[in-house]
Formats: sequence, structure tokens, C-alpha cells
Amino acid sequence: MTSKQNRLLFFPYFIWIGLFVLIPIGLLIYQSFIGIEGTFTLENIVTYFTSATYLTMTLQSFIYAFLITVITLLISYPTAYFLTQAKRKDLWMLLLILPTWINVLLKAYAFIGLLSQDGSVNGFFDWIGLGRQQLLFTNASFLLVATYIEIPFMLLPIYNAIEEIDPNLLNASRDLGASSWESFKNVIFPLSLSGVRSGIQVVFIPSLSLFMLTRLIGGNRVITLGTAIEQHFLVTQNWGMGSTIGIVLIVLMVLTMILTSGRKKGKKGVGRS
Amino acid sequence: MKKKSFSWANLYLILIFVLLYTPILYLIFYSFNAAGTMNAFTGFTGEHYQALADDTRLIRIALDTFRVALLSSLFATVIGTLGAIGIFFVKQRKTQTTLLGLNNVLLVSPDVIIGASFLLLFTIAGFRLGFFSVLFSHIAFSIPIVVLMVLPKLEEMNLNMVTAAKDLGANNWQVLKSIIIPSIKPGILAGYFMAFTYSIDDFAVTFFVTGNGFATLSVEIYSRARQGISLEINALSTILFILALGLVSGYYYVQQQQRTRRRKLTDIDPTNHQKAVSP
Repeated sequence: MTSKQNRLLFFPYFIWIGLFVLIPIGLLIYQSFIGIEGTFTLENIVTYFTSATYLTMTLQSFIYAFLITVITLLISYPTAYFLTQAKRKDLWMLLLILPTWINVLLKAYAFIGLLSQDGSVNGFFDWIGLGRQQLLFTNASFLLVATYIEIPFMLLPIYNAIEEIDPNLLNASRDLGASSWESFKNVIFPLSLSGVRSGIQVVFIPSLSLFMLTRLIGGNRVITLGTAIEQHFLVTQNWGMGSTIGIVLIVLMVLTMILTSGRKKGKKGVGRS
Repeated sequence: MKKKSFSWANLYLILIFVLLYTPILYLIFYSFNAAGTMNAFTGFTGEHYQALADDTRLIRIALDTFRVALLSSLFATVIGTLGAIGIFFVKQRKTQTTLLGLNNVLLVSPDVIIGASFLLLFTIAGFRLGFFSVLFSHIAFSIPIVVLMVLPKLEEMNLNMVTAAKDLGANNWQVLKSIIIPSIKPGILAGYFMAFTYSIDDFAVTFFVTGNGFATLSVEIYSRARQGISLEINALSTILFILALGLVSGYYYVQQQQRTRRRKLTDIDPTNHQKAVSP
């Protein structure tokens, strides 16, 4: 399959890599060296690393993304595991990822209604005697809605990883006298880690860059890296600084990837001991 | 004991299910509220749907959104499937991992980065922001999803079939058409499905590259949601939910069909095999 005819078939794909993967990254790096006056300078990077505002913002964004990932994982892992045990698991799975088909903006909008000052949740709080609380535009509401949106994305890779486990391994562990907890601990859990890793990747990195929720739900209290980039690009038109923060985000992303990549040859390592 | 733990599991699943659907059903429920707010239900009305039907701007935006989603996922599926086959048949291990790495860049990149860097690309290339910039961006971020959906199916594929076909004199095109594409079809369908989902759901990338004249539903809902609650959006979400339900049932049906067909094939196969080995 390496003749010229095939090269032609794969041509669009390689064009895509060049045009939409390599060039945009190059442009972003280039732009981060362009100051506000349009000259080539290092001032953006210097400003970023010497400004307490930018550094606290980065740290805050990181902590929020971490919390969102952990909460999502804690909710999604049992869900994924139980799903694989359920009777009509395909149907269940479809139902649980169906909400991802509902536009993310609509879901955020639903929470504006639910959490607002005289919304249903506050109505319920009032009814059980807690009184009305400020729910919308708090850090907790931002966490809640972000978690809500990310759950299906964490669920899917974990579910797939557990589904891919060879049932013979489970039969073997049962035959060898393992209880269901032991089977879970020694067989299912280690083999599902690849799914957990990709789940963390698909949740953590986008969580660093959420920018619409910070405004609609977080009321601009939480400034994520994403919000900062969006502001620099679309509001203040300071593309150089925006690109610099973008590069920081990319570095964080690469670090996350390295930390979560693990050993890809794990499949062969099954029979290690 | 086993039975008991099973029902706990189901309870948990039902709880998650309820949690995931509450906001959506909440939206749908209040779309029929005569009061015009999302907190006190005063009476049933269809007026918000009437308002939606009269809102030509919103309808045009909805059609544009679907057009972008259908077209971008179609192009992405074609380019991505061919790309996946290309990556799969690369002989050198190193080139393959490099290609896969490049493929995954857009997949793991945060939306904001994709949006910002595409905005840079379009601006520097002098490309006018609008329908085509949005379409190209959607194609671009959907391709790696398709590749990731198709690659596992290629790895599952029986390579002997390819060798056999070639031995029997098939050219590359015939191998592609009659062996590879049929055996990776579930992956291609899943890729299309996912690409469509991503396109419909995307807000961040579109927000950067959409310009002034063109909007997708996400961008429009964002600007309306910032102004406060309007039950027209609730009515819209009902319609979108029903559409999604329809599409998902369609997808489920296709998968079921494929599964029964595969089962039938395996039912037939052993007898054929037996006939072949013991004539």
C-alpha cells in the first residue's frame, strides 16, 4: 500500500496536518513574540512571568481544572463500571451520552434558570427552610456545571476500556478463587487505567480553557486561562499577550499528556506475573 | 448477594441518568410556561414555539448550523478515514508515531487554542471570516476524531484478507473498496457520528472564527443567554432534544442491524468451513 496512487489518497490528510496543525501552532508561537506595537519583542513573556495577576490566574485555573477532573472521575468511574455490568448496556450508554448532543450552551442556560435567585433550586431551599442563597455566579456553581458537562466525556473512554477487557481474564480470576472485589481490584481496575488516562486528558485540558461558563455561570469570578485568551484576542485585541498565554496553556497541556500517557504497551504486559 | 449489589448498581445508574437529564427536562418543561419565566409554571402555552417559528433569524442560524455540521463531518470522515488508512500502512514505526502525534494535537488542544490559532491563520491568510472559515475549522477539528475512531477497527482487521485479495490479483483500489472499507465501516460510522456531535456542540472554536455576518446556534444562544432568560430558547432546546433523540435512535438501530448481520455471518460460517474441510 505504498504506491503513488495511495499517496494521492492520503494527500488531503497531509495537507490538513500542514495547514491546520503545524502552521497554526507556528503562528501562535510567532505571535507571542509580537508586542502591542507590532514589533518583535520578548516583553509578553516577561510580563507574564513577572505579573502576579497572570501567575495567580494560572494557578487558580489549574486548581479548578483539577477539581473538575477529580469530581468527574469519581462520578464517572462507578457509572462506567456499572454500565458494563448492566443488561442493555449499549442502550444505557447511548442514553448517558445523549446529553452531549444537547448544545453545551443550552445546558449552561438551563443552569442559569435552575440556579438563579428565584430559580427552582432556591425554591426548594426555601421550602425546606434553608432560605434563598446566592447560587449563580459562585465558584461552586461553576464547578457544578463544568462537572455536569464533562461527565459523559469521562464516562466514554472508561466504559470502552472496561468493555475491551478480555472476559476470559475475568473468568480466569474467578476460577482461581478471586472474589468479585479482588477481580475488580486486580484485573478490571488496572486494565481500565488506560481509559481513565484518556478520560483525564479529555476533561482536564478543556477545563483549563473553559471560557463561556466562567461568564455565564461563574459571573467572571473565576478567570481561567481560556477566559484570558479569549479576552486578549476578541476584546482587548492584544493578540501577542493572548498567544503567550496560549503557549503557556499548550505547555500545561503537553505536561498533562506526558503525565497521563503511561505505558502504551500495557496490553502486552497483561501476562507479566 | 450478587443480586442485591446489582440493584444498587442500577440505582446508581438511574441516579446519574436523572442528574444528567434534569436540566434538559427542566428546559423542556418550562418551554410550555405561559408566565414567560423559568420558575413558576402558571399555565400551558405553545406561544414560545410560535415565536420560534416566526423568528426567521434563528431558523436561518439553525439551518446554517446543521449545514456546517453535515458538511464538515462528511469531509472530515472522508479525509480522516483515508488518513487513518495511510497511518496504519506506514511501514516505519517512527513515522507512524509522529503522524499519530500530529493527529492528536488538535484532539487534545483546548478549544480556545484551536480557535485563537485558526483566527490567526485566517487573518494572516486574508481569508474572510464567515461560513467558510467556520466550515474549514469544523472539518479541521473533526478529522482527528474520525482517525481515532477508524484506527482501532483497522487494527482489528484481518490482514490476511488484504494479502489474500492481493494474491488473487486485486489492485490497491479494489483492496480498499472491497476489503478495508467494509471491515472498518463501524469505525467510519462512529467517526461520522462523533464528528457531527462535535460540530453541533462546538462553541469555542466557532466563537473565534465566526466573524460578524455568520452565527451558529451556540454563538447565538450565548449572546441571548447573556441578556437573560427567553423561553424561545427553551422551545428551541425541546426541538433540538427531539432531533438528537431521533438521530441517536437511528444510530442505535444501525448498530443493532450490523450486530445481527454479523451474528448471522458467524452462524453461517462454521458450516461453510466444515464443508470446506470435510467434503
